[in-house]
Amino acid sequence: MLDLRQYASLGAALKDALERWPNETCLIEADRDREKVRLTYSDFKEMAQPLCRALEDADFKAGDRAAIIMTNQSKWLISAYSIFFSGGVLVPLDYKLTAAEHLQLLAHSKTRFLVVEYHLWRAITQSPEFAKLAVEIVLVTEAPAGADLRGAYRWEEFRRKGEPRLVARQREDTACIVYSSGTGGRPKGCVLTHDSYLEQCTSLTAWYPFWPGVRYLSILPTNHAIDFMVGFIGPFICGACVVHLRTLRPEFVRDAFVRYRITYVSLVPMVLKNLERGLRAKFDELKPGKRWILDRLIGLNKMLTRRRPHVEVSRRLLPQVHRAFGGELLALIVGGAFTDSSTLQFFYDLGIPVACGYGLTEACTAVTLNDLKPFRADTVGKPLPGTEVRLLNPDGDGIGEVAVRSRAVMSHYLDDPELTAQTIVEGWLLTGDQGRFEAHGHLQLVGRKKNMIVTEGGKNIYPEDIEAVFDGLPVKEYCVFAANYLWPQKTLGNEVLVLVVRLEPSQRFDDRLREEMLAQNRRLADFKRVGGYLLWEKDFPRTASLKIKRGELALEIGAGAVRAGVVEI
Amino acid sequence: MSAPTIDHTLDEILNLAALHFKVPREELAPDDDFFKTLGIDSLQALDLLTRLEHHFRIELPDYELQGVSDFRTLANRIQARL
Repeated sequence: MLDLRQYASLGAALKDALERWPNETCLIEADRDREKVRLTYSDFKEMAQPLCRALEDADFKAGDRAAIIMTNQSKWLISAYSIFFSGGVLVPLDYKLTAAEHLQLLAHSKTRFLVVEYHLWRAITQSPEFAKLAVEIVLVTEAPAGADLRGAYRWEEFRRKGEPRLVARQREDTACIVYSSGTGGRPKGCVLTHDSYLEQCTSLTAWYPFWPGVRYLSILPTNHAIDFMVGFIGPFICGACVVHLRTLRPEFVRDAFVRYRITYVSLVPMVLKNLERGLRAKFDELKPGKRWILDRLIGLNKMLTRRRPHVEVSRRLLPQVHRAFGGELLALIVGGAFTDSSTLQFFYDLGIPVACGYGLTEACTAVTLNDLKPFRADTVGKPLPGTEVRLLNPDGDGIGEVAVRSRAVMSHYLDDPELTAQTIVEGWLLTGDQGRFEAHGHLQLVGRKKNMIVTEGGKNIYPEDIEAVFDGLPVKEYCVFAANYLWPQKTLGNEVLVLVVRLEPSQRFDDRLREEMLAQNRRLADFKRVGGYLLWEKDFPRTASLKIKRGELALEIGAGAVRAGVVEI
Repeated sequence: MSAPTIDHTLDEILNLAALHFKVPREELAPDDDFFKTLGIDSLQALDLLTRLEHHFRIELPDYELQGVSDFRTLANRIQARL
């Protein structure tokens, strides 16, 4: 891998990577079972250079912000590289947000330049708020011939001839603004420097190295902190290959493991569980004799891998299982804080190591990671090299709020000094997660202090962001909370949002109100919906400016109602 | 051959969903939230979409399912490609 100490910016490091491994494959893009793109580092450079030159001609300057709204594909990485090369600040936006949310974040980040896929651009142009879009240059990928692009350029045609000039950036300059959430009222744009990424990349690859020949399957969205690091920066600075799959259909994901003999993949708990379900169903179909043998072999593998993984041995013991994953899989990477430990153990017992860790956008990518010496399904591993983790105000059981200090931690929230001051205190990032260290120095997460949930698909959902959908609900007042925030529990999981409703004095809860509540809830994306409601019989405490005092209300509800009182919807 | 009507498409989707997820057909209604009614997650919904593609002999990109959670809207997306 490149020695990142020599580099001041991602642009400079990536530029050298393209020159260091010209003949290695860096990118494969497949749609279902059809391979669409295969690029060497040299091909990648050839595709990126004309875009870099065109950016220069368009007067794109150091520090200019450029957003990408795309699904995982080769043009994502080529665009991101060109933005870094040209000295820009990348704003990777979640393609699953709505057009209105995209417009809000584009405005908040003061983006000058946007790269977007055609179907997403079409949705943006159809939004009532489109007229307010202040982006100067929009590049649209894969637009059909003759499509009206509403003033945007075609990505494929935005090219100029000539040798582009690398725009130098310093370590402390901003590399990315990544939104961790907050499309509701208060966007949380984490400002991450080149130093954050270069440091994080160094510490992650120290434990999980890439090298030429490694193939990483990129199915988590690339805008997400994990995939951005282990599905772009990490592999590129080591000469490895990224495989993009333009569908998440489980059957094609399974095929891709085999077709491309995948080495690493990052997964959200939902995908991991889906794979587990598929394997368990296959095991259950086995005839009793074969099943008996399989169970014995798994038992033997468990014994042999108790202290550390022995992938070669496991592959020989359980060849069919390993062949189903392509036969060369070294680890599944999982943001494991919220994954059932039984699922993690299931894969480990089959000889498939699970690099289970804990991270948050505010800390660049990862804070802790399992080093597999030995594997521990019940923890999120140890702090990465260069990362300090401390527990604030620990209780009698040693449980306190997890605080993190490292060079990878964000510099601040964009344009929000107040929130920054609440979140980074004396150099420590307060995560809002509750944890404890077990005897061997592994971190165990046991709950959350903040009012939010993390879905199985890995999405952070903040109640404040979804409340507006219930505007006009014919009740006196309402508020949305995470159930675990109202009734703290010392375990993770079972995360659900609760709509707390206060009726008018003479009002009764009836089917019509229930129907209305359901209809409004359905307007939210499925993973953002509230799971239940609670009728509350007191007025909400409010500030002088009539804002709901959420913290106070949560305490009142926690003390005055029980979780069992939440009615599922 | 003329394209089937939207009602016909919708009916076939409900039949296939009932069969695939082993729920009684009469428990499924066009405006149901299929995540809730079928008790499935978004990956299982993608699986259902694959079945529907085979049945209707069309190809729908994943993003066509984004934000879709009821059978009627799903039927409209499929109908547009028939």
